[in-house]
Amino acid sequence: MVHGAYQAADFLVVAPVALCLLFGAGLLMIRKRVDWHPFVAIPGFCLLFAADVLLLLKVAADGPRTMMMGDWQPPFGIAFTVDMLGALFVTTAGFVALASSIYATFSISRTERRYGFFPFLFLMMGGVSGAFLTGDVFNLYVWFEVLLIGSFGLLILGSEHEQLDGATKYCFLNLVATTLFLVTTGYLYGLFGTLNMADIAEKAGRFENDGALLTIAVLYLVAFGMKAAAFPLNFWLPASYHTPRFVVSALFAGLLTKVGVYALIRVLLMLFPPQHADLATLIAWVAALTMLVGAFGALAQSDLRRLLNYFVIAGIGTIFAGLALTEPGGGAAAGMVATSAGAAATDAAAGEAAALLPGSTSQVVGLSGAVFYAVHSIMVMTALYLAAGTAARIAGSSSLRVMGGLWRSRPALAALMLVFLLAVSGLPPFSGFWPKVILVRGAFQAGLPVLGAIILLTGFLMTVASARVFALAFWRNAPAAPEADAENAVFRAEGEPAPLVSLLPLLMLAVFVVAAGILPQWLTELTDVAARGIVDPAAYVGSVFGGGS
Amino acid sequence: MRTIIFRFTAPYLTALMVLFSIFVLLRGHNDPGGGFIGGLIAASAFAIYGIACGVAAVRRALGFHPMAIAAAGLFAAVCAGIFSVFAKSGFMTGLWIFPKFFGTEVALSTPMLFDIGVYLVVVGGISSIALALEERESD
Repeated sequence: MVHGAYQAADFLVVAPVALCLLFGAGLLMIRKRVDWHPFVAIPGFCLLFAADVLLLLKVAADGPRTMMMGDWQPPFGIAFTVDMLGALFVTTAGFVALASSIYATFSISRTERRYGFFPFLFLMMGGVSGAFLTGDVFNLYVWFEVLLIGSFGLLILGSEHEQLDGATKYCFLNLVATTLFLVTTGYLYGLFGTLNMADIAEKAGRFENDGALLTIAVLYLVAFGMKAAAFPLNFWLPASYHTPRFVVSALFAGLLTKVGVYALIRVLLMLFPPQHADLATLIAWVAALTMLVGAFGALAQSDLRRLLNYFVIAGIGTIFAGLALTEPGGGAAAGMVATSAGAAATDAAAGEAAALLPGSTSQVVGLSGAVFYAVHSIMVMTALYLAAGTAARIAGSSSLRVMGGLWRSRPALAALMLVFLLAVSGLPPFSGFWPKVILVRGAFQAGLPVLGAIILLTGFLMTVASARVFALAFWRNAPAAPEADAENAVFRAEGEPAPLVSLLPLLMLAVFVVAAGILPQWLTELTDVAARGIVDPAAYVGSVFGGGS
Repeated sequence: MRTIIFRFTAPYLTALMVLFSIFVLLRGHNDPGGGFIGGLIAASAFAIYGIACGVAAVRRALGFHPMAIAAAGLFAAVCAGIFSVFAKSGFMTGLWIFPKFFGTEVALSTPMLFDIGVYLVVVGGISSIALALEERESD
């Protein structure tokens, strides 16, 4: 198919990236006029979210869309191809960016705005959107770099000693992962002679049982696993995510790890399905250990933000569990020995999930659950960090030893926090429940009952950790004399206690959490389409090359 | 470095280099050159001016903060891509017009606008790094 004669609506494919770069550049030009920043940035993020939603609707109606950059035809030109997976992620990203930018209007001081908070935020969102929309492996690498540069800027905002320490670890680990990504992409190009994802997806079938392909798949798994903070490459995340401002932590925890997950789904599951099946056992172990490390790590922390860091890791493990599911027998996930203990407990839940996703293979079920969980995790982790930020500003510290009594002084905040904590633990009626149901059911269907049991165990441990947060920081009476530790200075520096408007972004996110919990049907339909599009990329390939090839 | 010869020649050298950088920028579409290399030449011109006459003089001469120049460049580059909406062609497609000014045909194109954007980004980015480094040294 020769691409050309694009209608204005086709430009929605590139609109999120172009908008981010335009607004980022515009804000950088008025960098010194910090009072104008929110009035430019908030409409900018509204526009971005509107473009994302329109794109999602268009993809839902017409299937995957492709635009060739500069009208260079595939497979030579750079393709921007958006399918349901990319559209879902980019819309979710736009939503949390909007919520975070509203939160940032009062939590980021004038000095930090002058350092360029909003331009960096737009630059990072440009990178994130580009990564979700591109249909070219090397271009994906470029967008990773763009979002990394933006995130470096956000990470060291304030230039405190601790932040530079955290940023060094973050930069180093991410540069290693990105270099690995680049080297692997070199191998990939050497093997296929093309970097267009649709082209690779088509050609990969001819290379069956090729050791070189397995090498590439493993290298991508390591590179993206590092980005996503999967065990055993997760240690950089708790070491760096607690140092920047809360709103920055929120976006990083919500979005950046999920970009790694997205890239893994796109590259490993869509391009190399046989190699993915070979690696399924490994991914299942990685998922199980990541979940357990996250859950136990969360139990051991006494600082709210460090605790949330481990929640992020547990969430990544849960998403990976969904990626580990293949067809029973096909994946040969022999390492996970079947036990029947957890099976009975989840029968009821599995029945409900079966009603949600009738007639799907376990790989589609797993992937659909993983995408649902990723969307939920982006929303709820962002919300938790933002709520924790507000709570820490009021209490003057983020240490659970010092916080207390917030239930009485801030009932609205406490209620929202409770919603988010229940959601992140996977309890009904909130958004974390359904993806876990789908994943547990999928794990049993795929013959991995141990993995299903570990998902349930992680859910239980996270409930305990969440209960601890709520009991200590909100429910109990405020401790008589707060200890004056060094960390307190950071929060005092962030300014006055949060005004009422701080609840607005939390409310926005809570609406999603409740809506996806009570009416999961609309979201499972979308994630199911996304999962089917990855397992059978014919429509994706068709949108790039036309139906014939 | 503030010898009288250097301080006397630096402004002329800077002017010459900036002029040359614009020449390199504009010939870049068909010949060796372009926005990136042109931007580097211009940035080194400002660096030389800074070494000779001080950073404050460069900042005054530039008028805008180097980061604002870089931002304007990024803005121009993205706008160059957006023009293709009107031509119903893919994002970033090269579009050309050939208006006549006083009987001479002048080729204007979106790749040129993009290249000017790259030029400004490089000028702004590199000069802001160079000026920051020179400032640290002299103050």
